[in-house]
Order: sequence, then C-alpha cells, then structure tokens
Amino acid sequence: MLPSVDVFAHLTGQPGAVETLRSAAAGVGMTHAWLFTGPAGSGRSVAARAFAAALQCVSEPKGCGVCTGCHTVQTGSHPDVRFVVPEGLSIPVALMRELVLRSATSPASGRWQVLVVEDADRLTEAAGNALLKAVEEPPERTVFLLCAPSDHPDDIPLTIRSRCRVVNLRQPAAEAVAELLVSRDGVDPALATLVAAAAQGHVGRARRLARDPEARARRAAVLGVPRQLSGIGACFDLASGLIASAEVEADAATAQSDASERSAMETALGAGGTGKGAAGAVRGAAGQLKELERRQKSRSTRAQRDALDRALLDLAGFYRDVLVQQWKAPVAPVHEDALPMTGAAAQRWTKESTLRRLESIMECRAAIEANVKPRIAVEAMLLRLWQG
Amino acid sequence: MGSVVSQVASPKLPPVVLVLGDEELLVSRAIAETTAQAKAADAGAEVREFDAGSLLPGELAELLSPSLFGGRRVAVLKNGQDAKKDLVPVIMAYVADPDPEVTLLVTHAGGAKGKAFGDSLQKAGATVVPAVKIAKHKDRIDFVTGEFRRLGGKCGADAAEALLEAVGHDLRELAAACSQLVADTGGRIDLATVARYYRGKAEVSGFSVADAAVAGDTAAALEALHWALHTGVDPVPIADALADGVRTVARVAAAGRGNAYQMAATLGMPAWKIEKAQRQARGWSPDGLVSAMRAAAECNEAVKGGSEDRAYAIERTIFAFAKARQGGPR
Repeated sequence: MLPSVDVFAHLTGQPGAVETLRSAAAGVGMTHAWLFTGPAGSGRSVAARAFAAALQCVSEPKGCGVCTGCHTVQTGSHPDVRFVVPEGLSIPVALMRELVLRSATSPASGRWQVLVVEDADRLTEAAGNALLKAVEEPPERTVFLLCAPSDHPDDIPLTIRSRCRVVNLRQPAAEAVAELLVSRDGVDPALATLVAAAAQGHVGRARRLARDPEARARRAAVLGVPRQLSGIGACFDLASGLIASAEVEADAATAQSDASERSAMETALGAGGTGKGAAGAVRGAAGQLKELERRQKSRSTRAQRDALDRALLDLAGFYRDVLVQQWKAPVAPVHEDALPMTGAAAQRWTKESTLRRLESIMECRAAIEANVKPRIAVEAMLLRLWQG
Repeated sequence: MGSVVSQVASPKLPPVVLVLGDEELLVSRAIAETTAQAKAADAGAEVREFDAGSLLPGELAELLSPSLFGGRRVAVLKNGQDAKKDLVPVIMAYVADPDPEVTLLVTHAGGAKGKAFGDSLQKAGATVVPAVKIAKHKDRIDFVTGEFRRLGGKCGADAAEALLEAVGHDLRELAAACSQLVADTGGRIDLATVARYYRGKAEVSGFSVADAAVAGDTAAALEALHWALHTGVDPVPIADALADGVRTVARVAAAGRGNAYQMAATLGMPAWKIEKAQRQARGWSPDGLVSAMRAAAECNEAVKGGSEDRAYAIERTIFAFAKARQGGPR
C-alpha cells in the first residue's frame, strides 16, 4: 500500500494513466518522449510534474513523494528538471532553442534530464521544429514531457506526436473532483458538489470557485446574462460588462507580478542610483524595459482571453442545461443552482434555437482563439443569443 | 560700417524668436523667414545652426558674443526642448540682455518636454511664431487658401476641399501642390482646375468605408474600400471600423429617438456620432443588425489570417451589410 503523499495522489480520477506512468518510472515501458493529452483541467501538467518527480525519485517505490528527488521536482528546484510554462500567447523559438540546448547535457544528479513543456499547443511553428530536432534524435538520458489538449495536428505537430508515447487523461468525474476538494482543501461537501459540477471537470477551476468568493460572483453574473438579454442595446451593454470583468480578473492576476518584475529589473539595471553616469545607464536600459513590457502585455492578453473563455464556458454550460432539460436527458446539470432559470428557458425556447445559441457560443470561443477582437466576437455572440 | 547699418535696421528684427510647435514645414519656414529678414537688413549676415541637445554652454557663449568684425548674425538653436540643464541658464541670461546685432532663434516642439524653458523664453519677451501641427479640417482648408493667397493666387473653399481630398494631409505636399497649381494656372484656382490636375483620394480611412456600408450605399463603400486599400490602409482597421459602424447604429437605434446631446452621456459617444448614427439607423431592423454584426465578426477573423484574400473578405462583408439592411440602398 502506497502512502497518500505519493506524487500521483493529486492526479484525480485517472487510474489508467497513473498505472502506466508508475510502471514506466519503475523501468517498464520507459521512452524518451511523452505526450500528455486531455481536456482542460484534467491534470495534464499535474501528471507531467508527478511523472518527472517519479523519474527523479531516489527511493523505492518510484514516486514516493518524500525523498529529495520527488520533493525538489515538486517545488521546481531540481537541477535536472526544467519547466516551460508559457505565460504569453505562444512559446517563442528562441526560448525553445535555448532549452533544447540545455536538455542535451547529461543529468547533473538525477537519473534523467527532464524537459516539461506545459501547453505544448502554444509552440509556434518554428519552436515546434526546434523541439522536433531534439525529440527526433534525443540525447541518451533526456526525457521530454509535453502537455497538449489533444494529439490533433492543430494542437501538436504530427511530426512530434509520432515520436511520443501518448498518455490520455480523461475528464475527471464531478464526484471525484468534489471528493478531492473535500479531502484536500476541506471544502464544505455541498459547495464542493456544486462547484465540481460547475467547473465541468476542471479541477483547478473547481478549487478556485470553492475558495474565491469573487470567482463565484463572476460566475453568478455570467449565469445572469441570458435573462438580461432584453434587446439589442442590452446585448452591447452586457458585452462591455463581460469584457470589463475579464479585464479586471486578468489585471488582478497580473498587475502585482508586473509591478514587482518591473521594479526588480529597474533595480538590476541601476535605476534610482545617483552620481555620474547613473542617468545614462537607465536611459540605455529603456530597450530592456520595453522588452519586459512587451512580454507582460502578451501575458495579460492571454490572461484576459483565458478569463473570457471561462465565462463563455459557464455560459455554454447554461445553454447545455437548457438542452438537457428539453430532451429530458438522464445526465446531471452543470449549473445546479441555475436550474430554475434553465428550466424556465427550456419551456420557452425550441430545441433548435437552444442548439443555435450553444453553437454561437462555441463559434465565439473559436473566433477569439483566431484573434478576433474579443469585444466584436462577444457582441456578435450575444446578439445571436438574444435573437435565438 | 556694418554695425551702423544694422543698428538702424534692428528694430524690425526681433532679438529672440521662439518657434513653438512641431509642424516641420512651418518650423523651417519660420527659420527661412527670419534669416531672409536678417539678410535683407545686412546682406553679409552670418547664419549658424546648432542642435540644442548637443550644444555646450561654452560654444553658446562664443556664438552669441560680439564679433570683432561686427555684422548681423542669426543663431538658430534647433530642438530647444532637448536643451540640457546647464545650457538653459546661459541662454536665459543672454535673453535678459540680448545683443541687438544677433537674432537668436529657438525652435521648440511645444510638448511637455522642456516646457519650462519654452515658457520662460516667452516670459522674457521672445517673439513667438506658432508652428503647431494642424489637426482640424477647417484649419487645413484655411492653410490651403492662405497658401494660395501667399503665392498670389485665389482659391475657393470647395477647390481647397477637393485639393485636400486628393493630396492628403501632409502640409509639405499640400504646399508643393499649391505652388505647382499657381505656377501652372496663373493663380485662379477653382474646382475644375483642381479636378484637371488631381484625381483620386489620398486618404480614405476605414470609417468612410464603414459609414457608406452602414448607410446602405454599397457602391460608395466599395469605392472607398478600394481607395483605402490602394493607398495602403491595412484591412484590419477597416474591418474594425465596419464592426464599430454596426455597433454604433445598433446602440443608437436601441436607445430610441431623442436628443443627441442628451444621449451622448448615457451612450458614451460624441453627439455628432449619435446624430450620424440616427440617420444611418433608418432601414435597419433588429434582425438585420444581428446578422450584420455576425458578418462583421466573421470579417474580423478573415482579415486576421482566416481568409486567403483579405480585400475580398471585406467586400463580402459590405455586401452582407447591404443584404442585412432592410429597404436597400437609397
């Protein structure tokens, strides 16, 4: 019996994947490149991290969770494990080249040199090719762990996919997520059940909803949108509201780190210094500060899009519930607390119009992904939701 | 000898001139006029130009101190906003007691940078020559008519309007066009003259495309679109303008009839925009607006890489607008 601190313990509802990874870490079926796929929130990066820890584990059984190897990987300080966590919209080729170069060195202390790329679907084409070269002819003791929503060519280049062993994670059941929230975070069981369903299998989102009252307030506001669509003018006002709330959410997430990064860099470049040459040094640093600002801008754009996407998913859940009730399908609702509203809507709308509405939300998400101005996409969507 | 002559002429020439603004043409004109005046007063006048950003206080003192041979001098100090901290007091000390034989001309971009220096020059009695960038349409018309007058010609407001549309907003190009027209035609400029020498549109923004498209004038919208693309306007702002056009009409239409000035605050847009949208809103039904907005969103995706031919994507959106709009073109 394994202790509960085991590195795979946080991988909720994925017994098959855990089995595969555990035996690979023990030496059965190990290979140099792995691709973790699964829907958002299913724990792709959790799985990759746990596997990396198991690979560097220095005791038995592999992945004990208490030895220095497991511990340092999980805190992100192991010298032979590198994480690529894109904060911006994409992973640039320059970063990838640098990492590929580093990955070619032999491990310093552990058994493997591990490179974890979270969100490998954000690799640019050039960055993907740089990575491909390393995955094609891997150094002897190097392991690549890639995470992507699916192994579809849209998400991960076919050339990389074909050189990876794929570990498919499924969407964890709402019960499993609720159980995890109760046991690990001490959330009230009733609340845990509600948010686990509302998060649609996304563990991180469920925890956020359970812990952060502001996140719950935002969700409630989004669920109120369908009822407020009373006319064309309201559509535009609600669109402004949705965009503004996504901006506020993103700002709250990034503003603090932006400011501290900036001041750290300014200090490093000699800002606030006095004496001869101090002013000149700061002037010369303007370019680097610009570069930092550019990166921060990209990060905040992504944070805004992610926040908006969460809102759109909540909204999609609403229309899904309406559809479920219209068909009297024997599946659990996503938004249990919005059942009176979805029930009323199910009476009033035709199935076709509900489906059209659901479609327009999905189209809006795709449009924002394709770089359409979020405002325009959301306005077009809300107008169609109103029209039915 | 020179000194006697120039002292007689000096009352006409201001000792300190401040050219305030960043319109390049007007600044260089002011410099040319001042040097011409100095040369008229004394043919042997010496003109020297410096950049305030790199000038050292010592050099300035040398520049402004009396010459052994006398004679009029013009010192042009460009980019006065960049003057260093140690240079400014030297200049101000000189301005308090200027040499009547020397004309000091300082150009200043007029922005926030080095504002204190510009202000104190004005306070010290410098002659100010404005050279601010022209931003308003009416001022541009005035510039064109004034330009013709300066060159000894005459031109009506309609001709000036036509010339502006054909040449664009760059003052240097406008001035060149004016002098060319006066040289070619002898000075009497009317609409027909402009039409004979100039054709087309120099600057078409996405908004003129959107205005025509939303108003249901497909032909004008397509024409404006092609002029805009022809002059190098990127399709992305045009697509944004199309979406903005639909949004404005929809919001104004939804707000109902009313006084544009009273609605300005609640809708958060200027009154003229509301008035225009109220006119455009005729002929639009709610369903039409929904499909137009959808077309605008699709267009936005198309111009950002979703479509092979971005111009065609916008064209299609203009047709989609026409179809969505009830009543058809008027």
